[in-house]
Amino acid sequence: MAEYQNIFTQVQVQGTPEWGMETEQSGQERMGKPGFSTLVGWIGNAQLGPIWLGWTGMVSLATGILALNIIGLNMLAQVGWSIPEFIRQLFWLALEPPSPEYGLRIPPLNDGGWYIIASFFLLISVMSWWARTYLLAMEHKMGKHIFWAFGSAIWLFLVLGLFRPILMGSWSEAVPYGIFPHLDWTTAFSIRYGNLYYNPFHCLSIVFLYGSVLLFAMHGATILAVTRYGGDRELEQIVDRGTASERAALFWRWTMGFNATMEGIHRWAWWFAVLTPITGGIGILLTGTVVDNWFIWAQEHHFAPMYDGSYGYEAYGSYETFIGQEN
Amino acid sequence: MFPKWFDKWNNENPTNIYGPAILVGALGTAVTVAAFLVVVGQPFKGESLQSGPRGTGMSRAEFVSDLARPDPTIEVMYTEAPYIPEGGEPLASEIYQNVQVLGDLTEDNFNRVMLAMTDWVAPEGGCAYCHGDVDLEEYGNDDLYTKVVARRMIQMTQNINEGWDGHVNVNKQVGVTCYTCHRGQNVPSDIWFKMGSVNKAAGGWAAVQNRVTVQSQYTSLPSDALETFLLDYGQIGVHDLESHVAEYPSEGIQTWQHTERTFSLMNYVSNSLGVNCVFCHNSRAFYDPEQVTPQWATEQLGIGMVQEINNDFLVPLEGEYPPERLGPVYADAPKAACKTCHKGYQQPLQGTNVIADWPELATTGAPVYE
Repeated sequence: MAEYQNIFTQVQVQGTPEWGMETEQSGQERMGKPGFSTLVGWIGNAQLGPIWLGWTGMVSLATGILALNIIGLNMLAQVGWSIPEFIRQLFWLALEPPSPEYGLRIPPLNDGGWYIIASFFLLISVMSWWARTYLLAMEHKMGKHIFWAFGSAIWLFLVLGLFRPILMGSWSEAVPYGIFPHLDWTTAFSIRYGNLYYNPFHCLSIVFLYGSVLLFAMHGATILAVTRYGGDRELEQIVDRGTASERAALFWRWTMGFNATMEGIHRWAWWFAVLTPITGGIGILLTGTVVDNWFIWAQEHHFAPMYDGSYGYEAYGSYETFIGQEN
Repeated sequence: MFPKWFDKWNNENPTNIYGPAILVGALGTAVTVAAFLVVVGQPFKGESLQSGPRGTGMSRAEFVSDLARPDPTIEVMYTEAPYIPEGGEPLASEIYQNVQVLGDLTEDNFNRVMLAMTDWVAPEGGCAYCHGDVDLEEYGNDDLYTKVVARRMIQMTQNINEGWDGHVNVNKQVGVTCYTCHRGQNVPSDIWFKMGSVNKAAGGWAAVQNRVTVQSQYTSLPSDALETFLLDYGQIGVHDLESHVAEYPSEGIQTWQHTERTFSLMNYVSNSLGVNCVFCHNSRAFYDPEQVTPQWATEQLGIGMVQEINNDFLVPLEGEYPPERLGPVYADAPKAACKTCHKGYQQPLQGTNVIADWPELATTGAPVYE
């Protein structure tokens, strides 16, 4: 029994590397000599490579590396090209968007100019990778579900860095490239517009995010629990329901009266995941453009009730008692 | 490793020791932990002070062990009751030369204040720290910058106690003396200087933030919050007070960048007082004056007080200081803010009444003894 209770994947296949279908160009197209890694096999397929980049992959990698280097070199310049300082302050450093006074004009290089250039390359990189997900799916005669799912993330990315700044009339509204600074932006953005938690689309985004987590945990657990009956061969069980699928379905039906199917659960997961950035992006796009203070907006729509009770600690205790110095 | 008879016996008597071992281990650990908790008690016991209506999460949590440790500077604070004048005594201004402040004091009280100031500000330097290593007759001279600054600081202390009664005596009589900031040091801790641009490689908003500095309290928020708000009277509020406002980022509009700077100031205030956001605000609507605590109003007065302290008292002394007392970037005068007095406590010296014994420092006029 205990052999099924493991943290890592138990079944590894290693042998002659699989090259995929033979075509006329396959020899030139597929790069890298395939090999095997037991370590990688613990978390997925043990075979590494070959990889097929194509022109979209090449463009994406090149522009992505360019964008990353512009950001990194700007950070390095900000600490006087000192590597120790770069490492010490890495989480504090950022490539910031332009200051508000430049609007949608091209700012000086040292006040957002580099940011615009890096963003431009990042945009090309992301969009060509997006194209790659379409082209690869097409060549495999697959559905375009991955393409659309990635598209939903790109929607949020474009709202943050392109659509909303244009609607606001200023590139300064974009998000800084930096570890702590992008979190500062998030906090400041919420506070500036009167608390984003009262934005209904932010609420929806949280619902779908947490929902995705819940669904993923339920599905993952269910499939692992019926792996001993072949449940991990999910796709076959969509059309040929065997004992694994049967048990998994019964478990949930008897638990809550309803169960997804081997096909349906993946539709649930896909929609929850995809709707997280879609609704989030709508919420961001409306902020500062349509609604400038979400808390007041919530009060106007009667879902921000006032609480009964006093403000100030004096109503609930005394400072002297708290610090143990009452006398 | 083991004797043969032992291995033989083991082979003949196979026993699953792993099941019981886990049971015994788990039970044993549980008993040990339980015994520890019963004997020693909960080592991380906490206490909280509610500061707003139930359901808002407005509360401040502290470890009991931290609360049990009083501010160590309270115990070593020097204080001495005044000598109540009977009338007719000669005043300090009549006895000594060049007495521009505290001239209304009797000789006994004047010397009492001088002695206390020595203990509060220059316990090691003694009288000579301000007066120089000269004869008593020469004490009227204004040769040292320390004396010129000290005189202005006495005026500042009197002004705070008199003019900012609403901040320093808001809960009860507490007041401030030299000790509130100095705590036995020549230069008080937690003073600040202008930083300006912390990032020479960039301009605009990028130039003033994303650095580990004391002014940003080690965050990546702007490092210029103290100088913008507590010196230059910058606008702190960033919110629109209507749900829909037709305005877009431009001159005079508060953007998310301004919000970061306000956040930087608020974070500084919180750290200075050892409290959190909800000590003053209901964090669901930071701007709303209907959802703040009385401490918010006290803080408003505090900001006004610090602006006055900096602009009317500390900055004008810039020319008096020797170079080593000036700021590292702009050679500016040292400035004060919340932490200079509060030192991380909700009330400086945890609300100890420091002014009771010092009516001379409580007013800009002649002292009133009771």
